[in-house]
This record gives sequence, C-alpha cells and structure tokens, in this order.
Amino acid sequence: MKRKLMAAAIGVTAAFAAPLAFTSEELNFDAYRQMLADGNPAELFEMEGEELWVTARGPKNATLEQCDLGLGPGVVEGAAAQLPRYFADTGKVQDLESRLMHCMETLQGIPSGEIIGGKFRQGERGKLASLVAYVVTHSKGKPIAVDVSHPKMQDMYAMGEKVFFYRTGAMDFSCASCHGEDGKRIRATHLPNITTNKGAAEGWTSWPAYRVSNSQFWTFQHRLWDCFRQQRTAEPVFASDVTIALSVFLAAKSNGYEAQWPGVKR
Amino acid sequence: MDNQRRDALKAGGGLGVFGLLAAAGLIKPEMAFAAWNKDAFDAKTMDAALAAIGAGKPADSADVQITAPDIAENGAVVPVGVVSNIANTEYVAIMIEKNPAMLAASFTIPAGTLADVQTRVKMGQTSDVFAVVKAGGKFYVAKKEVKVTLGGCGG
Amino acid sequence: MASPMRIRAASKDGVTEVRVLMSHPMETGQRKNAAGEVIPAHFITELTAKHNDKVVLSAEFGPSVSTNPYLAFKFNGGAKGDKMVVTWVDNKGESRTDEVQIS
Repeated sequence: MKRKLMAAAIGVTAAFAAPLAFTSEELNFDAYRQMLADGNPAELFEMEGEELWVTARGPKNATLEQCDLGLGPGVVEGAAAQLPRYFADTGKVQDLESRLMHCMETLQGIPSGEIIGGKFRQGERGKLASLVAYVVTHSKGKPIAVDVSHPKMQDMYAMGEKVFFYRTGAMDFSCASCHGEDGKRIRATHLPNITTNKGAAEGWTSWPAYRVSNSQFWTFQHRLWDCFRQQRTAEPVFASDVTIALSVFLAAKSNGYEAQWPGVKR
Repeated sequence: MDNQRRDALKAGGGLGVFGLLAAAGLIKPEMAFAAWNKDAFDAKTMDAALAAIGAGKPADSADVQITAPDIAENGAVVPVGVVSNIANTEYVAIMIEKNPAMLAASFTIPAGTLADVQTRVKMGQTSDVFAVVKAGGKFYVAKKEVKVTLGGCGG
Repeated sequence: MASPMRIRAASKDGVTEVRVLMSHPMETGQRKNAAGEVIPAHFITELTAKHNDKVVLSAEFGPSVSTNPYLAFKFNGGAKGDKMVVTWVDNKGESRTDEVQIS
C-alpha cells in the first residue's frame, strides 16, 4: 500500500519535473559506493602524484623522494594515517598538505605562497592534490594513529574543538549545526555526527576523495574549505592553522578506525 | 530546451568533425571512419535505438543479468555491469530508457572473451537500464530499474 | 595530450580480468559554461583492447558514458607477462594508447 502511494506521488512530482521523494530506507547507497570503490577514478590522480613524487622539478630541480612525512625521508607507506603530527624540524603541527608544501619548498624550491595563493585544482595546488592522492593511497586499510601527546598537538586539538562549535557567518552556523547530531542529512546525503568518534572517523577516513559530481579529486583542505563556504563564512586560508586544527580534532577522534583512502563521493 | 540540447549534441558529435580533422591530417582516416554507430547513439527512442543496432524486438531473457545499484547517489556516475549466460554472445549494448539518447555503450565480444562487462554511465533521472545482447544472430534483452537521487553539499 | 590510462590486468585460473580507467572529460555537448555558451561535445567513441596482438574487446561509447570512464572485462587465456594494450579514440580524433603486462 505504501509502495503504491509512493508510486502515485512519483507520478505527480515527475509531471512537474520536481525531485523525486524517497523514504529514508531507500536512501541506502552502500551498494552504489561499493561498486564505485573498485576502480575509483582517484587512481588517475594517484598515478599522476606517483609520477610527480619522483620527477625532478622546481628551481632546485629535485624530486620529493627525500621528503619526510613523519616516518623518515622518503617513507610514504602508512605516513598519512599518522598525520597531522608535530614536526620538530619546522616546530609546527602539519597536516599532509602543509607538510608536502614544506617539502616542495625546501627540496624543490617551489614557494609555498604559490600554493597558498593559488586555486584548487590549478597549478601547483593542483599538483599538490595529486601528490595527496598518491600518499593517502599508501595508507589505505591502515588504522588511523595520530599522536596527540605533544603539547602543540594538544593545543591544536583544543583549537579544532573550539572551531567546530564556533558559530559564525551570515547563517550563524557552526560545524556542529550540521554535524552535531545523529540522523541528519542534506537532501539525500547523510551527515555524520562528528561529535562521536564513529562519526568523526566516517568523515576523516573517507576523505580525500574523488567526487563523481564534478569528476574532481578533493583533498581534506578542499573539503574543509567547502564546509566554511557552505557555512557562509570567511574562507579559510589554505593550510592555515584553523584548518590544521580541525583536522587534528577529526583525526584524533578517528584513532583506531581504518583509512578508506582515497574515498569516492557523490 | 531539450531540443536545443539535442541539436548541440548532434553538432558536436557529428561526422563533420571527423571529416574536418581527417582532412586536416590530424587523425588517421581509419580511426575517424571506423564503424562508430552514429544512428544508434543519436536515437531518441528505444525503438529507434534497437532498430539502429539491428535488434528489432529482442526477446526477454533471464540469462542476461544486469548488475547495478537499486539506487544511485549521483546520476553522473552509475555503475552498470552486464553478464550474458547465453552461449556465443557476440555483442552487448547498454541503454538508458530515460536519457536524451538511449544508447550509452556497446561492446563487441570476440570468441574467447567472456560476455561480462562493466562500465559507468550517466543517468538524468530514475530509469530502466536495458542490456541488449546478441547471440547466435538473435537479440535478447533484460532490464533493471535504477533510482537516481540528488545528493547534499559535500557528500 | 591526453593523460595516461590506468590499466590493471590480472590472470587467475586461466581467465584474465582487465580493468581500465581513462582520463577523459566525456562532455555531452549539453552543458553550458558560466558564460552560457554550450560546451562542445568531447567524448571517447571507440576503444580497443588487445592481448598481445589479438583483439579481445572492442567498444563504442556515447556521451552518456561517465567522465573518466571505467571499463572491466574478462577473457580466457592470458599469462603473466603478456602484453595488454588499450587504445581509445574520441570524437575530436584524439587518441591514447597504453600498455601493461598481465600480472
């Protein structure tokens, strides 16, 4: 009976070319996502990143093979699962993007400003995204293991938590407005409750991801930037402390959960 | 609106482009004039699309299986797989009934290759997906409905 | 210059499974850009896959195959180290050929 009513409703809405209505039971995309995971087009970006890693580039005509992502120079395997982390050589907490940026600047002589002032998917920031795809793929299946024991990590976690609940912008929204309760969604998309570890891990372990809606590979920096944009507030500076703090908050809450990188999203 | 879109599609995908490029020496003629079935890809009804691939009225077959999700989170990328258990399957086509043009892709299966292909297609809306198969000179068909939704802001 | 394909070909129990990801916009010719101009159609029309020198699959695509197309298929035979070559051609006459060894 319910099915018949649905069918009738669909008939009516279709006549006005309006979006179709679905029950929440129907909005289960597990099978869909599973089918896309095998042959995730993020692999195309990963390939490009792998090539970039070993290509001598920049004013210093060097490769990134000596880049230390936290597990020693050149170690890519498992490195992303332990980021962000405190790096003694820079005296800073860095996420994958800011650390790669540091390597590109110090090893290759590519100024960070070019990436910070650039645009997503273009120029050096675009190349950085491909490098991210390459690095995260080598942590696929690894448990998230972010060490928050360093005081600077604790500071970043605290800042991230504060930012998560901080209401701002024209809509007076915080991250928590959308991601602070179970069972919320925007249109058909389920929103994880990031105040829980499980919900935080749902987000953190599935980004960076290939987005099928625009055929782009999105880094976590890109994802966070879009959250701010949706929040109708000031756009964060690329790889700035606020973005890294939010990443520390999410990543630390995800400890022990398995990285699904790279993800594939609607 | 729809008509404009379709005209643009024809203009962009026509043989005229091939001809110009071939004439300019940019592509090898054998590539440009290979057997890409323009009539089938331009067909705007199921009947016309079936006719253009020579299928006429294919018989329903339980031996043709479609693998596709019941519901897709984004119509831009919908995974579709086709397996034919009919002996000597030599051709497989995937058609989306409610797309502006039905035929999405076709596959020629030489002897020794399994009739088991997977790809991903765009779907403008909820629709039946058809797998049309040719085996032993005859055509068979199976269908499966795939619901298409709109997603949220970031996924 | 088109970007390389990602081809994976693995032989198991006498059957080789081939999975290909192609880097291609697959523009339908139905979309408009920010200025309201129609973006011209640009899509792969044909694809050929060869095991050594034998064609094991040929395909025709229309514009409704998804951006960055994916294709998976299986054929009998194929041994580790054999050559697997995939070529596509698009409606603008651009083409790309990549090869891998079967693993």
